[in-house]
Amino acid sequence: MGIAASLVSCNYDNYEEPSFQLDGRIVYQGEPIGVSYNDVYIELWESGWQRLGNIGVAVDQDGSYSSLLFKGDYKMIIPNNQGPFRKITNDQSGNDTIPVNLTGSRTMDIEVMPYYMIRNTNISSGNSQVTATFDLEQIITGDDAKDIQEVFLYVSKTSFVDNRTSIANTTIGVEDLELSSISLAVTIPEIVPTQNYVYARIGVRIDGVEDMIFSEIVKVDL
Amino acid sequence: MCHSNKPERTMKNLKYIYLVIFLAFTGCSNDEFLNREPTDILGGDQVWANDDLVFSVMADLYNRLPDYQGLENWWEYASFDETFASNAGDYWRHQNQEYGYGDWGMWDYGLIRDLNLFIQKCEVATEISTESKTRFLAEAKFIRAMVYFEHVKRMGGVPLILEPLEYDYSGDPTYLQYPRAKEHEVYDFVIAEMEAVKDDLPNGSTRSRATKGAALALISRAALYAGSIANYGQLTPEVSLPGGEVGIPAAMAAGYYAAALKASEEVIALGTYELYDQDPNKSENYSNIFLNKSSNNEIIMAKDFLVQGRTHGFTIDNIPRSLREENTSGGKMNPSLNLIQSYELLDNTFAELPTMDASGNPLYYDDPMDIFAGRDPRLLGTVIVPGSSFRGKEVDIWAGYKLEDGSVISSGQLGGQAQLPGSDTSVQVVGFDGPIDQLEWSAQNGFYLRKYVDTSVGSGQRGTGSAVWLVRFRYAEILLNAAEAAYELDQLEKAAEYMNQVRRRAGFPIDLTPGEIDFDRIVHERKVELAFENHILWDKKRWRLAHRIWNGVTTDLTNNPGNALAVSTRVFGLKPFKYYEPGSPNNGKWLFEEFVPAPVFNAHRFRLGNYYSWIGDNVRNNNPKIVRNPNQ
Repeated sequence: MGIAASLVSCNYDNYEEPSFQLDGRIVYQGEPIGVSYNDVYIELWESGWQRLGNIGVAVDQDGSYSSLLFKGDYKMIIPNNQGPFRKITNDQSGNDTIPVNLTGSRTMDIEVMPYYMIRNTNISSGNSQVTATFDLEQIITGDDAKDIQEVFLYVSKTSFVDNRTSIANTTIGVEDLELSSISLAVTIPEIVPTQNYVYARIGVRIDGVEDMIFSEIVKVDL
Repeated sequence: MCHSNKPERTMKNLKYIYLVIFLAFTGCSNDEFLNREPTDILGGDQVWANDDLVFSVMADLYNRLPDYQGLENWWEYASFDETFASNAGDYWRHQNQEYGYGDWGMWDYGLIRDLNLFIQKCEVATEISTESKTRFLAEAKFIRAMVYFEHVKRMGGVPLILEPLEYDYSGDPTYLQYPRAKEHEVYDFVIAEMEAVKDDLPNGSTRSRATKGAALALISRAALYAGSIANYGQLTPEVSLPGGEVGIPAAMAAGYYAAALKASEEVIALGTYELYDQDPNKSENYSNIFLNKSSNNEIIMAKDFLVQGRTHGFTIDNIPRSLREENTSGGKMNPSLNLIQSYELLDNTFAELPTMDASGNPLYYDDPMDIFAGRDPRLLGTVIVPGSSFRGKEVDIWAGYKLEDGSVISSGQLGGQAQLPGSDTSVQVVGFDGPIDQLEWSAQNGFYLRKYVDTSVGSGQRGTGSAVWLVRFRYAEILLNAAEAAYELDQLEKAAEYMNQVRRRAGFPIDLTPGEIDFDRIVHERKVELAFENHILWDKKRWRLAHRIWNGVTTDLTNNPGNALAVSTRVFGLKPFKYYEPGSPNNGKWLFEEFVPAPVFNAHRFRLGNYYSWIGDNVRNNNPKIVRNPNQ
């Protein structure tokens, strides 16, 4: 009886689950900005409710985000000091709030100004080492420019690659850093259980910015 | 049958209706019926006519003082790198990928309102003596300052509400919405308020109620915090808000350090307090600072127990497994090797525990306690190490037999037995206290806590519990506050003298010279003297060290325990083994191995957004003037 009631009784008053997908990437001139997982958040606010609360949307490692939502008018913000970039003034709102009118599923990239971009990345393996070569391009110059603190090459067993999950990493500090033709190499430790591949990417820590910027994750066969 | 007699039922119902009508008209003939005094609660006028009743209201306010870490919530001690939680329900503390933004948050305007009401009513009370009134007022202001201090160190600046607010039911509550004060304004309030009431409070005579010493101790601590936020906040410019709700201007640092030094020296000059120094054994002496409640002039303020029979279960939770007095629980806090190796050698130098020689071979010891020999006596006063005794009985901590080939013979049961090679009889192969991987409520990482664990028999039983008090302010902290403030003001002679007083009492034969006092020394001395006293989080926050030492990176135990910046994201343990190789000179000797307890598999990560806790959406919905904390 109770089971029967529990099976039938919730039919009436429930909403349909949200069905519109809002997704996209955080980009600079169309190129995605890599970040570490669960560290950078976008907030979606919907006005018209008695109480305000936001829908937090985590940005994935490759700079992408997605959320299933109801139809409605949303305001999208990236909270201050989130991410290795500065926000861009939105044409419509005149500030950093991005209005999102959702009438159906939609893909929307968010343009931002990163402090640096990692360019021409090439990650390969050989001699039980992972080697990366890349260039760094300073995007924000002038008063808002920030220095690089450290550059890392991270190697992970899984496709989560940052300082929390890496099994090996190597670094160069700012004093030895030229922005072009940077080369980093790290020896791969013994992996238990054995696997014949690893994941790797470059991470750049910028002075006074909590979130690092990362290159694309590369699966390297050993 | 019962359906048949309809008219009779109606008649019966009518009778009741008449009875009710009759009672309604007659029952209230006496107007006093509705105006009787309640017999189960006291009205405001009654309370404020009697010292004892006011005092019982005050007792409730004292009782509501919050302690982030304390004897009634031991688990919060395990949130950082001081101790491993040998309790399955708390393993998550070693497995989280980061601290939540809401952790250690607080927004308790209910308590602040009750304090404001108390102060308002006390100010107009006419039935109690002026003398009691002055003291009650000063005490309430002390508690209120404590509560604001508690808020500001967790949240940054909060609205300073100093009188009870009343809603006028007009439908427009905006006049009740106050913005956050600047962070320094809350510290300024705490300091000024305590300066104003300190002379209305008695000097000494109680440790559960506010005294002049407690008011000065609060100034000492609050001013030191404000000074260091102003000073070290420069290292993290992102941790600030444009309105000053978070962050204190660097120029204010010197003023706060001077205030902290002055207040500390006033406590010293009171002459009421002194360092506890009564036992010839310095380790025992250190333990007794927290256990001796009868003749102890070190304690300035404590949350006392055994008042009206109230006790706590800290000893039930933390007593060594083999000595426990109940058939459950025990041994939950296992102080970390990170902390243990931080205790200096007696010549004032730092060293790891010597487990291996230079070429990587294990070192063998005759007695398990030998590896801890020659260290700061506070180590054995804080921690129960393998081979040491508690309540007169030796604890039995050893991980198993180590054979010549490096293999281990152990058991999955406390005190379990197995056969050693070449023998057909079973012998005990692991201690009755552990360590055994994943076995909770025992010395899973090789250590037990001694500090605050009650030595009196019965305190480990649920029916009785422990009456050990929770120390909130003690003289040694005041000396260390003075030392730190003096150091920051470049008065190194003074800094050395105050710090050496604490170190001499601890049992160090050689003083530190003024030239040896540096930031690392300040950080280190507080780490070991004030371990498990609810200082670690606030200290690491105000020095802006938290995001550097708990940086989320899986890092090995530091080789340099004296370094304030050493990363310490995981709690380590130490396994003692007995060596088994009949015929070898090392047979039966002890060797040790560092290890990470199995439940510890993620590194502590303190993000910039953790410096000031998350203010709930409900708070900001009710009051849109409240700005969010940074980096969240």
